[in-house]
Amino acid sequence: MSNYETHEYDVLVIGAGGAGLRAAIEASAAGAKVGLICKSLLGKAHTVMAEGGMAAAMGNVDDRDNWRVHFADTMRGGQYTNNWRMAELHAKEAPDRVHELEAWGAVFDRTKDGKILQRNFGGHRYPRLAHVGDRTGLELIRTLQDHGIHQGIEVHMEQTVVSFLKDGDRVAAALAYDRERGRFRVFKTRAIVVATGGLGRAYKITSNSWEGTGDGVSLAYHAGAELLDMEFIQFHPTGMVWPPSVMGILVTEGVRGEGGVLRNSEGKRFMFDDIPDNYKSQTSDNEEEGWRYVTGDKNARRPPELLTRDHVARCIMREVKAGRGSPHGGVFLDIAWIKEKIANAPEHIKKKLPSMYHQFMQLANLDITKEPMEVGPTTHYAMGGIRVDGDTQMSNVPGLFAAGECAAGLNGANRLGGNSLSDLLVFGKRAGEYAAKYAKENPEAAVSDSDIESAVQEALAPFERGAKHGGSAGGPYQVQQVLQGLMQNFVGIVRREDEMAQALNMIGELWTQAGEVAVYGHREYNPGWHTALDLKHLLTVSEAITRSALERKESRGGHFREDYEAKDPVFGAVNMVTWKGADGTMNLRREPIPAMPEHLKQIIEEMK
Amino acid sequence: MKTVTFRIWRGDANSGKLVDYTAEITPGMVVLDVVHDIQAKQANDLACRWNCKAGKCGSCSAEINGVPRLMCMTRLDQIPIEQPVTITPLKAFPVIRDLTTDVSWNFRVKKKIKPFKPCKPQAADGTWRMQQEDVDRVQEFRKCIECFLCQNVCHVLRDHHKHEEFIGPRYLVYTAALEMHPLDTEDRLEELKRAHGMGYCNITKCCTKVCPEHITITDNAIIPLKERVVDEFHDPLGWLWKLLRKKT
Repeated sequence: MSNYETHEYDVLVIGAGGAGLRAAIEASAAGAKVGLICKSLLGKAHTVMAEGGMAAAMGNVDDRDNWRVHFADTMRGGQYTNNWRMAELHAKEAPDRVHELEAWGAVFDRTKDGKILQRNFGGHRYPRLAHVGDRTGLELIRTLQDHGIHQGIEVHMEQTVVSFLKDGDRVAAALAYDRERGRFRVFKTRAIVVATGGLGRAYKITSNSWEGTGDGVSLAYHAGAELLDMEFIQFHPTGMVWPPSVMGILVTEGVRGEGGVLRNSEGKRFMFDDIPDNYKSQTSDNEEEGWRYVTGDKNARRPPELLTRDHVARCIMREVKAGRGSPHGGVFLDIAWIKEKIANAPEHIKKKLPSMYHQFMQLANLDITKEPMEVGPTTHYAMGGIRVDGDTQMSNVPGLFAAGECAAGLNGANRLGGNSLSDLLVFGKRAGEYAAKYAKENPEAAVSDSDIESAVQEALAPFERGAKHGGSAGGPYQVQQVLQGLMQNFVGIVRREDEMAQALNMIGELWTQAGEVAVYGHREYNPGWHTALDLKHLLTVSEAITRSALERKESRGGHFREDYEAKDPVFGAVNMVTWKGADGTMNLRREPIPAMPEHLKQIIEEMK
Repeated sequence: MKTVTFRIWRGDANSGKLVDYTAEITPGMVVLDVVHDIQAKQANDLACRWNCKAGKCGSCSAEINGVPRLMCMTRLDQIPIEQPVTITPLKAFPVIRDLTTDVSWNFRVKKKIKPFKPCKPQAADGTWRMQQEDVDRVQEFRKCIECFLCQNVCHVLRDHHKHEEFIGPRYLVYTAALEMHPLDTEDRLEELKRAHGMGYCNITKCCTKVCPEHITITDNAIIPLKERVVDEFHDPLGWLWKLLRKKT
């Protein structure tokens, strides 16, 4: 038998980004004994990288805003494949969650009359994003972290969960190892909240931090949870494209919200060329009106740079493919031009976009107050993920909850910028609340020693191969890199049947290779071992993305098929569900989207 | 393509040494890119922390040629690469392995500082009102990414190891952000003086120099806090005033 430490909780939260911290705070407030596990140090999760703001219809800048408009915007942005109940709850509850953050110490930018300032963002009809310059995610995570450490939550830093263990249908424990010493720990619990964020690391060019390997989605899947709409991956239109080592790092949509414009190599502002019909009535058709909108004129319509991310990303790809791109394969994003309009433009830009100024200065040696940035699409966000109940956030596995990016539903086929930070708060809170309730109502779960033992053996297998094969076996980094290139090229921003079929075959081969990688050295703080264990997660989510994308024979939101360019109402009425069959293979079904209640239908009609 | 030698500290709490690796570099690379390249091709078990690679998480702190910096924010064209580039772990904290150090002390320190305690909401709708000019200075402090470079370079911690008596620049900034928060009602001056070792800081400004977020730690956070402590505990007129107030 292996040695391991044991911890016991009512609620175990995995992931200490915004959703995990908010869930832990809520569960703890409900009286549950809460353990919080994070892969990195506390406060370093991907949430720190969120820049633009959190969407909440508070109406502080434009009093025409309210939850109904936010709901309609979210549904339209998601092309109506969203879980409408989640979109409704999110729009209704986001303002309270933002105010609560202020009560816990967050310091938002202010309006002239002292309220929380809100900024423009793509797909939002009115200025709606509560923000702190362009470092809103840092403010959010730090506030939750600093509030949370006084709530009696036990935080376990630099721990990696390798497997969920069950008691019959229920989740009963998580097996993890601590990075520092490489020792195993069993976290016994009545309920688990998965809040592990995204999976952008399955792609080569991504804005995601190293942690975004889809591990929570994969752990849940292997424990029997259904996944939803895995094909909907958001490619953020503006990542850095130069220099190569920073490729993919995000350039916030806030740049466009503050008046930044997109131009091709001919200097043309190309976004005016293609405005989708369902946004025509709300989008300006000339530069002058667009500028009036970003400076707060309530009678102006928004500029086309603030169309939804899926659309902007595709317009950029079109320019690049037509040979009108920038020298390094992107297009130009120009905020410096506003000096034609306002006197103190450089100071204004530095104040509104301090970390963008800093980022370009430091990494590209470029002053954004003087020169345009070069940008192009980057893998950014998974709209799909663990399938959950809209109210409680519980998956189909009893006791297993999910919140934040790793949970699916709110965003449908495309997420509006700013909806993820509010998602974390709204559904992080709900997941914590209902996980605590579940823990209270259900007896202790049992974990079998043999389950623990076999999970431990699986986790240690790469070392055994290393010992057996000496230096001859392949390392994990090579498999990881091949997969990232494969997903980037064949299941990326533009998709085709033949390429994806090829990708699926190669994923099959990579599964075999991943089962053969060897690691060397000892277990203490060994990134090679960690990478080897991540391969299973990366391959699981990659396979789910590819299978779902092959099945959805239409183009919708973040999912664009070159061979099926139009939207198809047949697919507009279904979600894609993947789950692990009894024989271990991945299954897929189309599932009809439940009918929307009349009062919500009516809102959508009104807002058209 | 150019080849550069990187001299990386490898080892654990018991022992360690500098090990040379050569790597091919391309324009625009940062130090963290090279570490990743070495990790992927030459030393799979080379331990280092990183998360965002965009200067926002503060995980990849190390000492590059003896200077505490973020590896992701140090471009190779900003440092001399004709000589071997030395990368060593932070010196003020115990080594775990290679470039990772045990920074858990920082998390324990934060927990000891009295948390934010807001006044009652002023507006009828149950929310607060604050002016931008009043939150500007707090927002500067809240830019902190907790990379602990300021803690690492502070001589009180780095050379004199006063970790038990002094909270260090990061937590003085943190305390300043709370003390200067327009809504906060808590008083932390007593702790600053007695438990948090405010007096140890003798304003050498090393912390300000290494801050990757360009927070003016010394001038804007530490000196005003020192002044408040002085006003509270060492100002004879203030004493008299308090004495009189007590009597009435």
